[in-house]
Amino acid sequence: MSTFAAKRLQKEMAKIHQGLAPGIFFVNSPNLQHWQMDIQVLDSNPLYAGKTFRLNFRFSNNYPIEAPEVTFIRAPDREIPMHPHIYSNGIICLDLLSSGNGWSPVQSVESVCMSIQSMLTGNTKNERPEGDEAFVLREGRSVRDIRFVYDDPTV
Amino acid sequence: MAMSSDEEYGSDQMMSDDELDADSLGELAGNLDSDYDNDADDDQFLENMRDDKPQKPAYEVDYTTLSDAELRNKQKEQVEDVRHILGQPVEQTAILLRYFKWQKERLIDKYMDDPDKVLEDAGLGAEWNDDPKLEKVRGFSCDICCDDDAEMNTYSMRCGHRYCADCYKQYLENKIMSEGESGRIQCPTDGCSRIVDSKTVRLLASPKVLARYGELLNRTYVDDKPNLRWCPAPECEFAVDCAVRQTELHKIIPTVVCNCGLRFCFGCGHNDHQPCPCALMKKWLKKCEDDSETANWISAHTKECPKCVSTIEKNGGCNHMTCRKCKHEFCWVCMGPWSEHGTNWYNCNRFEEKSGEEARGQQAKSRASLERYLHYYNRYANHDHSAKLDKDLYVKTEKKMTSLQSSSGMSWIEVQYLEAASTALQQCRQTLKWTYAFAFYLQRNNDTYIFEDNQRDLEMAVEQLSELFEKPADQLAASRKEMVDKTAYVGHRRRILLEDTANGLRDERWQFTTDIR
Ligand SMILES: [Zn+2]
Ligand SMILES: [Zn+2]
Ligand SMILES: [Zn+2]
Ligand SMILES: [Zn+2]
Repeated sequence: MSTFAAKRLQKEMAKIHQGLAPGIFFVNSPNLQHWQMDIQVLDSNPLYAGKTFRLNFRFSNNYPIEAPEVTFIRAPDREIPMHPHIYSNGIICLDLLSSGNGWSPVQSVESVCMSIQSMLTGNTKNERPEGDEAFVLREGRSVRDIRFVYDDPTV
Repeated sequence: MAMSSDEEYGSDQMMSDDELDADSLGELAGNLDSDYDNDADDDQFLENMRDDKPQKPAYEVDYTTLSDAELRNKQKEQVEDVRHILGQPVEQTAILLRYFKWQKERLIDKYMDDPDKVLEDAGLGAEWNDDPKLEKVRGFSCDICCDDDAEMNTYSMRCGHRYCADCYKQYLENKIMSEGESGRIQCPTDGCSRIVDSKTVRLLASPKVLARYGELLNRTYVDDKPNLRWCPAPECEFAVDCAVRQTELHKIIPTVVCNCGLRFCFGCGHNDHQPCPCALMKKWLKKCEDDSETANWISAHTKECPKCVSTIEKNGGCNHMTCRKCKHEFCWVCMGPWSEHGTNWYNCNRFEEKSGEEARGQQAKSRASLERYLHYYNRYANHDHSAKLDKDLYVKTEKKMTSLQSSSGMSWIEVQYLEAASTALQQCRQTLKWTYAFAFYLQRNNDTYIFEDNQRDLEMAVEQLSELFEKPADQLAASRKEMVDKTAYVGHRRRILLEDTANGLRDERWQFTTDIR
């Protein structure tokens, strides 16, 4: 990993140990370019109340100039949340996570978690994106190869 | 085998070989007029053509191809035009024009209204004349790298969002080199829409990055102008200038040919897809992708002889198959006996709609719709595949011709008819392929019969020409005249089909089962 990205991630890690926003928890990091975080929705949204979801972060050498790869993953007691912009394989369709689109290098692991948290909070639809099944079938692609069209300004 | 068109098409036409490149085949149409008098729709077509002889075909559009140098010149000319009106130096005028996406009337209007605001918005505010510089700031901490070294250089634009120089530099390098951005790079701050100006790039970027930035900036000219489009061929540096707008694409398919030789659609950038309008072409490709699992079995390129069940591999583009073992002749597409095709080719291009009765019941319905799709897909894929086989065959034949040349004493010019025939075949198969996507969405009415007749005639002409290619090389010389004739004929049939479909689109005569706007 580049010293540039490593330095930034070490700083973020140090800050995380001082405390995180409510409903966001650090789980572990097998190595510096791979972190796992847990998030909870804070209000009583019936879709997510009482549940915890796990996020997988992967950082490139160019982080934070480039966006990290962020997906939901399954684990014991951790499901993939229902959301019209979250595929059942955990891939999240969010412009913030795309380097060419909404990503800014000022974002951090914590701010990404907060954005995803509020994306869940605001959702009332108990459904998957259109074409979820076909999309999930085409396995083996890296998240970076997928170009989403951000046609919904509400997320 | 006797084909009905053999009678229609007199083979007493003579043309010199050097006329037979793809372009000049167009001119041959005129010479061939008298041979088609007994064909009703040809008469119709020729009638239309006679009315206004100098008019170009309905399926062609006006366009020009521009080189990199020509593009730069065009920009220079426009900057020169505008800078005198605004009283601004060249560089500033170029920035203003880019900011206004080269809409010079709008720029001039806005500038006359409120020059200060226009300059400020385009990043040319009062401080433009001061050279931007790096600063060391006491107590500063960079939000990108989280460094707070008091000795490090920092930079901010007028928005005041300050980062260390290294981070700013990396940010710009990523935007320019990885994302290919130039004129619309924003401040790294989330939500700040301040555009990074060229002086900032000059201050921070390495020479390599700066050079790329200049190149990309030049390229944005084409992206900003609706009448310009880059040739989609990889590495091709040409752009095409064409007046057809996105809102007209349901009425016209603007096919253009780049200087590099690529024939593509100005409307969508896809390879030539006439006579299928852009919207249908996209729907069709999407459908093929979605249904690829079910359609897969079709693309297997081996089949069994319907008579003796020995395996046959298709090795040429022609659909007329002869089983090596039992000599049974059959059609590759429908697997029916070839003998039925001379007079009843219909079976091979027209899908007979299932009777209403059979279609009742949800299951029967979905099976019928899959069958219908497969019918068209099969023919679409077949022409796609055959075009490749035809090309392979031509490459092999060309090698043989070279040896034939020396043994028979034919000159290089004399064997050019082979290349002309191959080019015509490729082009016609490309057209035929897309007629099936067109037909899939076409709603049946009186006009569709003319279309299907044209499709059938072109298909038949193509298969006849394709068949000539499969002859052993030593027989090719003997069939030279036949090949020259048939090459002209397929071109003629293709033009008739394209003219009819293009006129129908222009007059909105076609009805489709889906929206094409
Ligand atoms: Zn920094
Ligand atoms: Zn800013
Ligand atoms: Zn080109
Ligand atoms: Zn198109």
